[in-house]
Amino acid sequence: MALALFRKAEIEAPPDVEAASLRSDRFRLERETDWRRLEAIVEALERNRLRRISDDDLLALPVLYRQAVSSLAVARETSLDAATLAYLEGLVRRAWFQVYGPRTSFGAWLRRFLTGGWSAAVRTLWLDLCIAAAVMVAGTLAGWLLVARDPEWYYALVGEAAQGRTPGAGREALAETLKGTASGEGLTVFAAYLFSNNSGVTIMAFALGFAFGIPTLLLLIHNTAMLGAMLWVFAEAGLGWEFAAWLSIHGTTEFGAILLGGAAGIHIGRSMAFPGERAVLAAASEAGRLTAQVMVGAVLMLIVAGLLEGYGRQLIEEPLARGAVGGTMLVFWIAYFLLGRARPAPHET
Amino acid sequence: MTAAIAPQSAVAARRRELVTPEGLALPFTVASRGARAGALILDLTLIFVGFTVLFFLLLAMGLGVFDLANAERIPALEFIAVVMILLVFLTRYGYFLAFELGPRGATPGKRALGIRVAARGEGRLTAEAIIARNLMRDVEVFIPTMFLLSGMGSDFGVAGLAASAWLMVFVLFPCFNRDNLRAGDLVAGTWVVETPRHKLAQAMSIAPDRTATYRFGEAELSVYGEHELQVLEGVLRQNNRVAQRQVVEAICRKIGWEPGTGDDRAFLEAFYAALRARLEQNMRFGKRKRDKYDAQG
Repeated sequence: MALALFRKAEIEAPPDVEAASLRSDRFRLERETDWRRLEAIVEALERNRLRRISDDDLLALPVLYRQAVSSLAVARETSLDAATLAYLEGLVRRAWFQVYGPRTSFGAWLRRFLTGGWSAAVRTLWLDLCIAAAVMVAGTLAGWLLVARDPEWYYALVGEAAQGRTPGAGREALAETLKGTASGEGLTVFAAYLFSNNSGVTIMAFALGFAFGIPTLLLLIHNTAMLGAMLWVFAEAGLGWEFAAWLSIHGTTEFGAILLGGAAGIHIGRSMAFPGERAVLAAASEAGRLTAQVMVGAVLMLIVAGLLEGYGRQLIEEPLARGAVGGTMLVFWIAYFLLGRARPAPHET
Repeated sequence: MTAAIAPQSAVAARRRELVTPEGLALPFTVASRGARAGALILDLTLIFVGFTVLFFLLLAMGLGVFDLANAERIPALEFIAVVMILLVFLTRYGYFLAFELGPRGATPGKRALGIRVAARGEGRLTAEAIIARNLMRDVEVFIPTMFLLSGMGSDFGVAGLAASAWLMVFVLFPCFNRDNLRAGDLVAGTWVVETPRHKLAQAMSIAPDRTATYRFGEAELSVYGEHELQVLEGVLRQNNRVAQRQVVEAICRKIGWEPGTGDDRAFLEAFYAALRARLEQNMRFGKRKRDKYDAQG
């Protein structure tokens, strides 16, 4: 038994074809060896043991698959052996998954994704990006105006996230919250925490798009209203520029990612609410596959944002330098999304 | 397997057919809601057990989780804290993703229940589809679970009730469509199907030829149809003596023979071979007799 685990299992020879008295059984016995060979190859593919498959077997796979398909078609019309039919159906189904399974490896997919696939997907969402951006600007404005009229709103909007950045706090206290730390200790944890937290929010913005995009919009408004409220507090204290610089070093990347997540959610909601000529299910799955790429990109952006926020912001203190880093990132992302050109996929069918 | 437990009609309602590029109609059975819930619970248990083991390992190394709160001061602890944060994140979003991207298209839980993810319709299963369906899992599984855990014991209030009603829409989504799709399946264009595996059983007609001992005429063989033949096949493959005796008596009653006391199996094999030969011959001429009530053939 232990040996059998390591050795390639031999395909046992079927009984003599002439021994069978029924024509349909003779048909089966003649082809049985090929079926078993196909089964062994499919088994190895399923276990991801590509090295265990010989070149001969790999070349024979499409042929063996088609043979099994035609065997099944013939057997359905000529044989009443239920066990054999069930076996063949299961075999063809498993082989079908392998023969018509995903064609690219993860590495190849990632390469295509980074060199244009992602940019192309983002560009396709231009209308949703505009909607999400407009909603985010509106949310910021709403936050600002609400707090400007009545500072009590600040506590309702920001709540626990304030960390001492409250309307009544003095200029010094506020400036203190924008300071970096002298050493790099503890920043990795901070960066990792920020990344996982922000990714969670972005993925939620995407997933909630399923309900026709409305929860996504609410989530975007809530988060940007918080931003608007904070902006007002700092602007009141005469720290508007410092706060903007403090925010922009990672914010251009982070808000970019949130924008992408929101736009992806809106796109799904929009294509389900207004599927046009397509069926709702088809429209939803088309939108889902497109936005999935955007979402992978958004998570990558959030890794970058987490690093910038955890390290960059804490180690760089000069507002101008912070602003410069943030600006550079913004230009980089815009250029990347506008200029990335996808090469046509080699194996698309 | 499932056919034995669930009523036949429930299984039939989950049968779908798709046509392969070769033009062959390939039947699929959509996985039941029970199997999918079971697979999910298995996977979550696996994750939970994994983290518990990790927790105790860290504890054995003298690291309580609560030390991690002030990890900033000790570099080694800082590293572990980062790994833990990333590990939780990766598990939440990556566990299902990585397994479903594999050639089996199934997480360990799904594999254990004999189901897998497939593209709805005839298309290929793509990486994007798997990513989309697993990003949606967040609002369908993790957020409701966390909500439930955080809300337990405390007063829910109106907002809590509204939120749970809202989350229930996602959780109960698979109960309100024919293909048991969850929201993620709908968005990704996937579904979950059963992948039963069958061993290739012995050929039936290599048993010794007994046409000389038992001779069945046209009248005897025209009684039964394909359904009865396949029931008989099952009885022969199971090889249970009591069942075989009962079947011998039933057949003899039907065809008006006197059930002998001789070899039941030999009689059944001979009858099976003769009946199958006749039915298959008619099949080649386009005449099929579904069961004994079928007037054809």
